[in-house]
Amino acid sequence: MPEMTLVGAINHTLDLALASDPDVIILGEDVGLNGGVFRVTDGLQAKHGKDRVVDTPLDESGIIGSAIGLAIAGMKPVPEIQFDGFLGPAYDQLVNHAARMRTRTRGAVTVPMTVRVPVGGGIHAPELHSDSPEAIYAHSPGVKVVMPSTPYDAKGLLLAAINDPDPVVFFEPKRVYRSFKEEVPEEPYEIEIGKAKVVNEGDDLTVVTWGAPVFQCLAAMDELPEDVSIELIDLRSIYPWDIDTVVESVRKTGRCVVVHEAPMTAGFGAEVSSRIQEECFLHLHAPVQRVTGFDTIMPYYKLELEYLPEAPRIKKGIEECLAY
Amino acid sequence: MPHRTVYEAKIEHLQILDEDGKLDKKLAKDTLNDDQVIHLYEQMRICRELDEIAFKLQRSGRMGTYPQNKGQEANAVGSALAMKKGVDWLVPAYRENAALFMHGLPMHYVLVYWMGDERGSKIPEGVNITPLSVPIGTHMLHATGIAWATKVRKEKDKAVITYFGDGATSEGDFHGAMNFASTMQVPCIFYCQNNQWAISVPREQQMNSQTVAQKALAYDMPTLQIDGNDIFAVFKAVKDARKRAVEGGGPSFIEAVTYRLADHTTADDARRYRDPAEVEAWQAKDPLIRTRLYLESVGKWDDKKQTELEDRAKKIVGEVVKAAEGIEKPHPSDFFNFMYAKLPRDLAEQRDTMRTSSIGRHPEQAGLRPQTAESR
Repeated sequence: MPEMTLVGAINHTLDLALASDPDVIILGEDVGLNGGVFRVTDGLQAKHGKDRVVDTPLDESGIIGSAIGLAIAGMKPVPEIQFDGFLGPAYDQLVNHAARMRTRTRGAVTVPMTVRVPVGGGIHAPELHSDSPEAIYAHSPGVKVVMPSTPYDAKGLLLAAINDPDPVVFFEPKRVYRSFKEEVPEEPYEIEIGKAKVVNEGDDLTVVTWGAPVFQCLAAMDELPEDVSIELIDLRSIYPWDIDTVVESVRKTGRCVVVHEAPMTAGFGAEVSSRIQEECFLHLHAPVQRVTGFDTIMPYYKLELEYLPEAPRIKKGIEECLAY
Repeated sequence: MPHRTVYEAKIEHLQILDEDGKLDKKLAKDTLNDDQVIHLYEQMRICRELDEIAFKLQRSGRMGTYPQNKGQEANAVGSALAMKKGVDWLVPAYRENAALFMHGLPMHYVLVYWMGDERGSKIPEGVNITPLSVPIGTHMLHATGIAWATKVRKEKDKAVITYFGDGATSEGDFHGAMNFASTMQVPCIFYCQNNQWAISVPREQQMNSQTVAQKALAYDMPTLQIDGNDIFAVFKAVKDARKRAVEGGGPSFIEAVTYRLADHTTADDARRYRDPAEVEAWQAKDPLIRTRLYLESVGKWDDKKQTELEDRAKKIVGEVVKAAEGIEKPHPSDFFNFMYAKLPRDLAEQRDTMRTSSIGRHPEQAGLRPQTAESR
């Protein structure tokens, strides 16, 4: 079984999708000859042709808007938005058109589309290249939102997204793009959207997170005393999300820390925390603790590690929750 | 030679049937025959009837806000006839009702839509129309995308037309749609119904451009200004653009000069911002008046036929209103059921319980008695 980075796994999966389904079309800025600014689509145009891996004009709203048209006509577009911060210009097309099309036509017109977006901080990028807007889209009925953190999960979730009959925003944590390799089967497989993964089983406290912070949480757990038993859950899907797995875990442990890069207020951690108090009230030994980005503009990269929920801050958050 | 001309352009204006019903026979060659003119006249008249009745339905509280099409019908019918029904795609805004009907949308759907019911946009199978688009200037990108798919799939004899107003050409997505269409050379026709007003803002204040048509020059797109109240000019312009599109000539732009004779919608009062003299002048250019004058001049129309048509229009629209008002109220589960192909479990639970409040959802925690459907 080959070992792949996150970038490699996504490239391999797009290659599979293009090869197996003539309706799949990749479009975006610099995705063709250049293979994308992160080289996620490297080599795909040479292999599948200029009609199927298309360099578009520099217009995010145009990319998503025309992808909607492609989808209405029966294709399965996989547009790439170059960076998280540039999803903003496409918000209107994504939320006011793609997300609504199925319900406003009572199922007559649908938009099967997978919007790939590199997400999050930690790579010393310029401003607007490090944001985590997942909660905005989780709060937009009609789209699904996923954020895999590993090459294996990325492949399974990307195939599930491409084959999903509804629009999916597929966030790729860019800090993980080349941070490690793992074995990824060559044959196609899907991971169900909406299913979390228990990364580590434990009894004393549940940590819920997604994206790049999964690895910061693991680092924080390594620093804890050996007799502390932490259950780590990688949500993977932000909407729909795996309430059952989280609730079952917190009912067992009675304590929960939610970790994400995005700002705290109205971040998706607020939703997770709210559901936990609804479903686990009598099981809780402590309030749900949130360790997140601050309610500020993401700072430029000199201070990005102070902003991001890095391992020491997560460790402190876990300790406080355990001591409550 | 430090200065040289690198680009020159002109915008032509096409009118074939003038406001007095006088036809330029030379220009009219290979456009519409008299039977087609009769057909289009009837479609316009029936649509006008629907428009008037829709207005009354709103005023009497039987329908919500409605945007009248009055005065712009020639654009809809002339273009619809030039496009291939069931093959081509129509990507409308909301002032093209007659075009949608001619391409297979049942008339009562439009009323159902404005009566606040999504089923009005449940486009029947085989009807290649996207739903009415209320947000201004954003749907043209969908037309570009549909046309792009046509090109990728190498589908022959298939094109897309999208309609929008003069105000829409101020939106960024208009330029995105034009730029994408031009760059990809897709078979798409951009049809601007320049009706002079975007609610209360006149065209002159909407843009400093002398014409809307010249905006297409930036995208190197064949572009033309036409009299939008002239079914001959509309038909010819769209027919030519379609021919170019299906022959691989890429997208075209048409600025149709027309006028919104009614208020923007039933929620608007155009007397607040429009000079009555201007409206009066445009009433004389009404496409129905000039088409009728033409048909009378060639002996194809008379008062008897007019009375018959008006009776028929009343009858048709009466049935349409009956169909729209006769539809049963949708079940609340409808607004859940079409959110996703497969409903997430949590959403299904919201649908089944019609509640989002949490206490009581897990009564075992609080020692509450489980609630029954009746006690909710």
